Amino acid sequence: MNIATALARLLIFPGLLFAVPAAWFFLWVERKAVALMQDRVGPPFMQPFFDFVKLLGKSTPPRVGIAGALMKAWPLIAVSAAAGAVGLLPVLPSSGGFEGDLILLLALLELPSMCIIAAGFSSRSIFGEIGSAREAALSVSYNIVFLLAIVSIAASQHTFRLEALAALPYSPMRLLGIAAILVCLPAKLHLNPFSLPNAEQEIYSGPMTEYAGPELAMWELSHGLEWVAATGLVATFVAPHVTLWWLAAFLFVALSFAIVLLLSTLAAATARLAIDTTVRFYWQCTLIFAVLAISSALLMRFRS
Amino acid sequence: MNLFKRLMCYSRRHSPWLFHMNSGSCNGCDIELVASLTPRYDAEQLGVRLEGSPRHADILCITGPVTKNAVNAIRTVYGQVCGPKAVVAIGSCPATTNVFIDSRTLDGPLDKHIPVDVFVPGCPPRPDAIIQGVVKAAQILAERGNNPPQSEIAIATVSGEELP
Repeated sequence: MNIATALARLLIFPGLLFAVPAAWFFLWVERKAVALMQDRVGPPFMQPFFDFVKLLGKSTPPRVGIAGALMKAWPLIAVSAAAGAVGLLPVLPSSGGFEGDLILLLALLELPSMCIIAAGFSSRSIFGEIGSAREAALSVSYNIVFLLAIVSIAASQHTFRLEALAALPYSPMRLLGIAAILVCLPAKLHLNPFSLPNAEQEIYSGPMTEYAGPELAMWELSHGLEWVAATGLVATFVAPHVTLWWLAAFLFVALSFAIVLLLSTLAAATARLAIDTTVRFYWQCTLIFAVLAISSALLMRFRS
Repeated sequence: MNLFKRLMCYSRRHSPWLFHMNSGSCNGCDIELVASLTPRYDAEQLGVRLEGSPRHADILCITGPVTKNAVNAIRTVYGQVCGPKAVVAIGSCPATTNVFIDSRTLDGPLDKHIPVDVFVPGCPPRPDAIIQGVVKAAQILAERGNNPPQSEIAIATVSGEELP
């Protein structure tokens, strides 16, 4: 991958030029799906865009010292990491990529969550700290399953290159891995059964409590970009391999949309669990399947 | 530049985020405010979102006759809402202290302490009146921008309902 294609992927498709409108669209789909499930009309189509513009025009409380500078920096780091993660997705056929880009993608996907933890603690608000502690506990729980599932897919196919993984035919191992990733996505995107860190009203707004104006707009954008990156990762694993570029792009968007609908419906249909129930769910119920997946992947690898 | 200003004005009008604060209310107005977000009234159609933190809010919704204990909290929360902001007083209590007038535990009405933009009278007001009040406040906020609040006050009622 040379520098021109890398820049084109980061800035145009599936990077920023595509990802930012897609992020707003997915945020709208999330809210609209919840509204429809509750027999409401829901927000208008442009709502996330209006929210973003309005937040850009609001003032922020004065921030002083290193903690203030850090508080300004976290949302920007989160947005750039999420945008980078979207840019790495191998949407178009033969789009390049490099050996090990899956590891970079996972690291970039993890950065926004790290930023949220750090943001809550640097805001020095008691509610922010509670939210950050919850986010940290949640992150430790789902990441074991999430990473084991992805490693099992990669290990069974002998590569850490995303494009090679996406091009391979289906196997039972891959389906098991995809199912495990899907179980982790609600926690990764802070959706309803696991919406603990930003538990609205319960701990005010969790790590975001002290954020206002443009900084909050950046957090909203990074959340939307996380939606695009996380659903896009599943979409690349699920999508069948096609050579036509427009068909590949269409399949990617359609599959992402389907996953967003699935997750929002789940969010509307469930209530928030307590933190201990959530941690127990990931450590007791899903970890077994993840360990099974990784051990069978390694066994298959030794046998072949 | 003009286009950007118009877009900002339009966005402010279409995305009012509320922070709800109780200053000693009997809970009547509080449940009506929540009722305006339920499927029957569905204020989210207008972009309304009830926020958990005053930092995120544009419109501060205050219910209750302002007890002495609540005065400092009201001033603090009003300061925590980032500008441009507007205040909606929901119910008759923050407007006039209602039946609790002359009580020794009160320090109302609300506009003694912070500038109020819209009063929604009623005991409790109907959810439609609250939604109308919020929309009026969003309009005021969009037109005013970052300028300081003026003394003009709007009163929101359900159309056809007589003012006392």
